[in-house]
Amino acid sequence: MKGHWEFSLRRFWTMVIKEFIQMRRDRVTFGMMIGIPLLQLVLFGFVINSDPKHLPAAVLLADRGPHGRTLLGAIRNSGYFDFVREARTEAEAQEMLARGEVQFVVSIPENFTRSLLRGDRPAVLVEADATDPAATGNAVGALRTLIDAALSNDLKGPLAFLAPTVGPVDLRIHAMYNPEAITQYNIVPGLMGVVLTMTMVMITALAITRERERGTMENLLAMPAHPAEVLVGKIVPYILVGYVQVSLILVVARALFHVPMAGSLPLLFAVSLVFIVANLAMGIMFSTVAANQLQAVQMAFFFFLPSMLLSGFMFPFRGMPQWAQAIGEVLPLTHFLRIVRGILLKGNGFPEVIRQLWQIAVFAAVALAIGIKRYRQTLD
Amino acid sequence: MADDLAIDVRGMTKRFGGRTAVDHVDLQVREGEICGFLGPNGSGKTTFIRMLCGLLQADEGSGTCLGRDVIQDSEAIKRQVGYMTQKFSFWEDLSIRENLDFVARMYFVKDRKEVVRESLDRLGLTKRKDQLAGQLSGGWKQRLALAACMIHRPKLLLLDEPTAGVDPRARREFWEEIHELAGQGLTFLITTHYMDEAERCHRLAFILNGKLLTHGRVDEVIEQGHLTTWSVSGPNLLNLAAQLRGRPGVEQAVAFGSVLHVSGSDPAALEQAVAPFRTREREWRQIESGLEDVFIHFMDASKGGGTP
Ligand SMILES: Nc1ncnc2c1ncn2[C@@H]1O[C@H](COP(=O)(O)OP(=O)(O)O)[C@@H](O)[C@H]1O
Ligand SMILES: [Mg+2]
Repeated sequence: MKGHWEFSLRRFWTMVIKEFIQMRRDRVTFGMMIGIPLLQLVLFGFVINSDPKHLPAAVLLADRGPHGRTLLGAIRNSGYFDFVREARTEAEAQEMLARGEVQFVVSIPENFTRSLLRGDRPAVLVEADATDPAATGNAVGALRTLIDAALSNDLKGPLAFLAPTVGPVDLRIHAMYNPEAITQYNIVPGLMGVVLTMTMVMITALAITRERERGTMENLLAMPAHPAEVLVGKIVPYILVGYVQVSLILVVARALFHVPMAGSLPLLFAVSLVFIVANLAMGIMFSTVAANQLQAVQMAFFFFLPSMLLSGFMFPFRGMPQWAQAIGEVLPLTHFLRIVRGILLKGNGFPEVIRQLWQIAVFAAVALAIGIKRYRQTLD
Repeated sequence: MADDLAIDVRGMTKRFGGRTAVDHVDLQVREGEICGFLGPNGSGKTTFIRMLCGLLQADEGSGTCLGRDVIQDSEAIKRQVGYMTQKFSFWEDLSIRENLDFVARMYFVKDRKEVVRESLDRLGLTKRKDQLAGQLSGGWKQRLALAACMIHRPKLLLLDEPTAGVDPRARREFWEEIHELAGQGLTFLITTHYMDEAERCHRLAFILNGKLLTHGRVDEVIEQGHLTTWSVSGPNLLNLAAQLRGRPGVEQAVAFGSVLHVSGSDPAALEQAVAPFRTREREWRQIESGLEDVFIHFMDASKGGGTP
């Protein structure tokens, strides 16, 4: 083959300078690099994670006693629930939920009042359509305190013994269709990884194919350049962009969403380097395989999708089936999410971080090695 | 003798799928020579040049380029060769100076800044050095590309249609510079469609459908054509041309301004064919065949299966 000559730092640096200049001139891409994180933050952080009220609810009232009414009144007064329908049977309630006519069904069982008075802690079942957990999360969260407070008025005097720490009723919440509600604290740090995966892979996936499509590849190949010089040279400038994104997200996370930052920010910055490089390397690898820019974008997308779905960003990682977890374990985003959430929310330090970090590093090394190996030094 | 050959390759072959784009082409070019590489579009010129500088892997063939093995040693060859691509292939989002600077850095050019400055001066682009290459007009792009591929002082220049779309004055300047550089010992392989440029080459190679049809000095190539040509002047040449075409022995009847060139490879048959038209108002003269006549002849012959 034709790769016997040495890697040259000088030529590598020359490539870096060229890529830097081109990146600076590419206003659209540069704007996207800043725009995408902002847009995502706004979408995920504000729009989706807002605190919706007046959610349509149905009630299945099997007990006509006074305490059941107290409860419903309190639920209504919280502002989260509007009782728009009354279901006569359980099946009817289920249907309303399935059709999306209501988001909640509150069931007050038969003999509710009697059981309550006997101290049997009757069950109040709240079924929630948690397809969109962000929409129901707050309402559900408000329920327990609400119910306890409502009944504590009724349960005064002789009935006071019924209002101990465990609560007078057994509130059972069935979050249907999506068992785990995600909170903002979880989402915003996670977004850092998602944004980096989305933009970093995409930008380098276009790197080589763009040279090919513009015809400049022929020129580059006619020069004495080592594949590693070209590929790593294309990666370096975008590390800076990655850091701009990380900083941007952290500032917004703090300023707008008050995400706690329990751990060390310098540690987070240091660790991000490995993750950024891993994604850039993945993009570079795609770019050596893809025949044109469209294919490169498609590949980036096909990488992005499982990263979103199987990393624990969208769905709780432990809730996924084994095979999905196995795939998730390979993806850099999975480990990065654990790292970011660990550092920001739990205050994790280096010992906990390194257990995830090495896996990202291995991924980066493999992706880059494949890229360099696949880089075609001819136009064939 | 072999050691002063800048290009010495044999049997160079390249196939794309089932199609043979370059079919066992041999080429020898001496150091300091300008070799014109001719052939209609799609005949395999670009493919051949790409094989020489290691951009395409040859399916068959062997030989040397600047004394290095053309198959094994393409990295060493790349360092000493300047290749100007047919299509502009510099970075349109880099400025003129940045493009030159990038190339100079990649080849480790000594006194890089000075060399780039001189190159800009020679190009006459010093004032516009910060303009993006993409904003240049076609002719200027061409000149930038040429300057860039010579910045590392290569010993061999492979120029793929360097003057396509360049105005006549710039073309003349270009050829003057080429000759000056060749005088200093640089070797050139230049593809072109212009006959006047072909005539300025020391050596010509004519390729058609991937096969080398002829190869040699201009006079040798013309001689190999074995073509007899008559020049006619007089009234109503267009009509005459139409009448001559299709007569046995007449291969071409082409108007050149106020004269008509009539040629064929069999002198006797041609003489017979034109005899009825040698009237008093027309002036007939036997002339030396031109390159273009010969090339058209080669092309027709290979297409029609006749003998060249
Ligand atoms: N990369 C390629 N893949 C497939 N066919 C090609 C490729 N490059 C050139 N060809 C074909 O090879 C033939 C020779 O092309 P080329 O060398 O560009 O001719 P020229 O430069 O003389 O115009 C053409 O028919 C062209 O279509
Ligand atoms: Mg060509």
